[in-house]
Amino acid sequence: MTTELPSDIKPTSSKILLEKPSSDWLPPGLALQKVDERIMTLNVGPQHPGSGHMRLIVQIDGDYIVACDPDPGYVHRGEEKMAEYRNYITNIPHLERPVIHDSCNILYPYVLGVEELLGIEVPERAKYVRVIAAELNRCIYIMYWLAIYGIFLGHSTMFMWPTGDRELLIDLMEKMTGARVTHSHFIPGGVRNDLPSNFEDVCLRQVNYFEKRIKEYAAVFYDNPILISRTQNTGVLSRQDAIRLGVTGSVLRASGIDFDVRKKEPYDVYDELDIQSIVMKEGDAYARSKIPWLDMLDSCNIIRQALQKMPKSGSVRVKLKPNPKGKGFDTVYKRVESGRGSLGCYIVSDGKPEPYRLKLSVPSFRNLIALPYLLKGEKLGNMPSVYWSLNYWPVEADR
Amino acid sequence: MSSASEKPVEVKPEEKPTTDSKPVVKKPEEKPTTDSKPVVKKPEEKPTTDSKPVVKKPEEKPVELPAFEKSISDKIVEKFGDKVEVAFIKKDRVGINVSRENVHDVAEFIRDGLNYDHVESVSGVDYPQEKEIAVVYHIGSYTDPSLARQILVLSTRAQREENPIPGSDATKLPTLRDIFYSVEFHEREIFEMFGVYFEGHPDNRRLLLPEDWADLPPLRKDFTIKGR
Amino acid sequence: MLKDLITPETANVFIGKLGDILEKAIGKPLGYAINWGRIWSLWPVHIETACCSVEFGAASSPRYDIERFGIIEAFGSLRQCDLIVVQGTITRKMAPRLRLVYDQMPEPKYVIAMGACAITGGLYFDSYNVLPGIDGILPVDVYVPGCPPRPETLIQGCILLQEKIKRMKARTIV
Repeated sequence: MTTELPSDIKPTSSKILLEKPSSDWLPPGLALQKVDERIMTLNVGPQHPGSGHMRLIVQIDGDYIVACDPDPGYVHRGEEKMAEYRNYITNIPHLERPVIHDSCNILYPYVLGVEELLGIEVPERAKYVRVIAAELNRCIYIMYWLAIYGIFLGHSTMFMWPTGDRELLIDLMEKMTGARVTHSHFIPGGVRNDLPSNFEDVCLRQVNYFEKRIKEYAAVFYDNPILISRTQNTGVLSRQDAIRLGVTGSVLRASGIDFDVRKKEPYDVYDELDIQSIVMKEGDAYARSKIPWLDMLDSCNIIRQALQKMPKSGSVRVKLKPNPKGKGFDTVYKRVESGRGSLGCYIVSDGKPEPYRLKLSVPSFRNLIALPYLLKGEKLGNMPSVYWSLNYWPVEADR
Repeated sequence: MSSASEKPVEVKPEEKPTTDSKPVVKKPEEKPTTDSKPVVKKPEEKPTTDSKPVVKKPEEKPVELPAFEKSISDKIVEKFGDKVEVAFIKKDRVGINVSRENVHDVAEFIRDGLNYDHVESVSGVDYPQEKEIAVVYHIGSYTDPSLARQILVLSTRAQREENPIPGSDATKLPTLRDIFYSVEFHEREIFEMFGVYFEGHPDNRRLLLPEDWADLPPLRKDFTIKGR
Repeated sequence: MLKDLITPETANVFIGKLGDILEKAIGKPLGYAINWGRIWSLWPVHIETACCSVEFGAASSPRYDIERFGIIEAFGSLRQCDLIVVQGTITRKMAPRLRLVYDQMPEPKYVIAMGACAITGGLYFDSYNVLPGIDGILPVDVYVPGCPPRPETLIQGCILLQEKIKRMKARTIV
């Protein structure tokens, strides 16, 4: 009982599909391509145990990846647009939401930039408090990253151990700032609160214990032959390619380039502390997964040094005038080393209480460009280990 | 504080009494809004032969420019003359304004002549009053240890349309992807957020916005968010 | 005679009738038993939508250990799941995918809206790309407020959901 369509109403869908698409505005994966019977296209994500909040359009030939097209933007919340409607102080809580478990570090360049715009000099003790908070946050971030890396590789112990141990440092941050993950602790002019009374002792004790714990991870994870066979010589990024693609952070240092913003362009008091920047030559997924762990051991060192050198008393904030604003048209670009790499903040001020334009140059977005190159020629089973070794946090990349 | 950029060499004051440059310590009142904003936008309209050696404020005391940063900007100015304009010289930051015809050549020189090798961030800034959209490249270097602290801020401007049709109107710039490979995703983001089409970019698809986005590019100033 | 009546065509009818009789007789205790089985094996879908997934991960950690309460870690396929925890902001790009995931899950299924963004849009109430809450696309059972909610809050939300399931009318015999 097929009903005849009137002749003037044609089903248009097939016609539209057969037209040559203007490839500029088509979403990834929907552009018509020449079909090869050997090539299969897989959509990995956004609902997939190995993808996170993004989609990877992977083309495979048998078991080998031919091409990969990342499709981020599932958490694009318009932070930069919203920042133009809020003043410099009320921007603080929502600018840390892209990486809530690294919230001090993502606020750091913004706060440094606003301080430069306003011409504020921060008290010495506040600088040390900031460094301690930033390093604790780096550890908290890397522990979560490591836990998810364990999940991606099917290593459940490596999910349970880091998520349990990072609670130690979360407790410290909670003691210091009052919040578990979203601290909003850094403000232009210092930090919000002084340290609680016996913080130094508790911090030293917990950091020492934490260091002892994470040293044990080598036995269960980094020396594990299964992990080594899955990650070594997988997704190799050569030194030249790393420079060309402009990757940052642990991805860059795993490819043999010694670049750490804390060391190269020290901010606050990092020039008074002894920082190792860990460099490995291999450039494979194993090196990329090991460097954050070594960074954590280094962070414990930095925290101990900072606790020792910190002035025992003094003010931790400069009182600001209400509704601070920049003086005339000015631009500032500040960068810090976050848990994922160099994180920059570009602020254009036009003398109003709100920024004229605010841009977060986030390391996840910069590292994402390497993914298609690393996955080409890899086996599909190695995709999660390469993908998460890029130290990539999709919420931050999308902003 | 270890790299070579820290030598506080005194610069001859008559060499360059600053178009716009100021170190961090300078009083910002000396630079009112009205004269600094045109400096950023200048290169399109008139290539400004008087932009570099102009003595704007004779009463201003000669500020001490960071020497290393000054040498970088001098190299660029020496090569391109009045095609480029030094926007500012601060500690570790050098700002260069360039018109959209010359941005490709300047970027090529920055890579080959000055050893900068990657782009950290590409930002668009919308200036509706001046009918222009600025695209700002923050360029850094991994290979040259003396440039590790430095960021070169290369700024260029595209024409702004009142009713944009992204990709098909006059808001276009030459891409820098063939020079700095790392701008690939950044330029895709600028295209969808500002409607600036990068000619020569092989992959101008949408990146972050939803597939059915049919509104203005959202980071333009005339796109207002609800309730504000 | 009975043998003649039961053919493959009529078997379903008879089984249905039998089901009715059984439900009349022991429906109430059976429904209770089925619900009891459901509340201790809630499987969440592995879909992260925004930053609240950090606290969802922390809720599975040894310190909070959400498995004590019968919420299994989000590892499995969505075809076996019966709980979807919407972890934060839903953008316009994610919303159709979220609905697609929900539609693919088998009945019965429950929804927890975690975080202020999933409830009302939260901090992103005026963003151009964020939905003001997920009420428009999913039927929410439990709202868990917070930005982000602490793991304890999420656990309490899960327990509230279990209380709700206990009181639901189970469709006993299918």
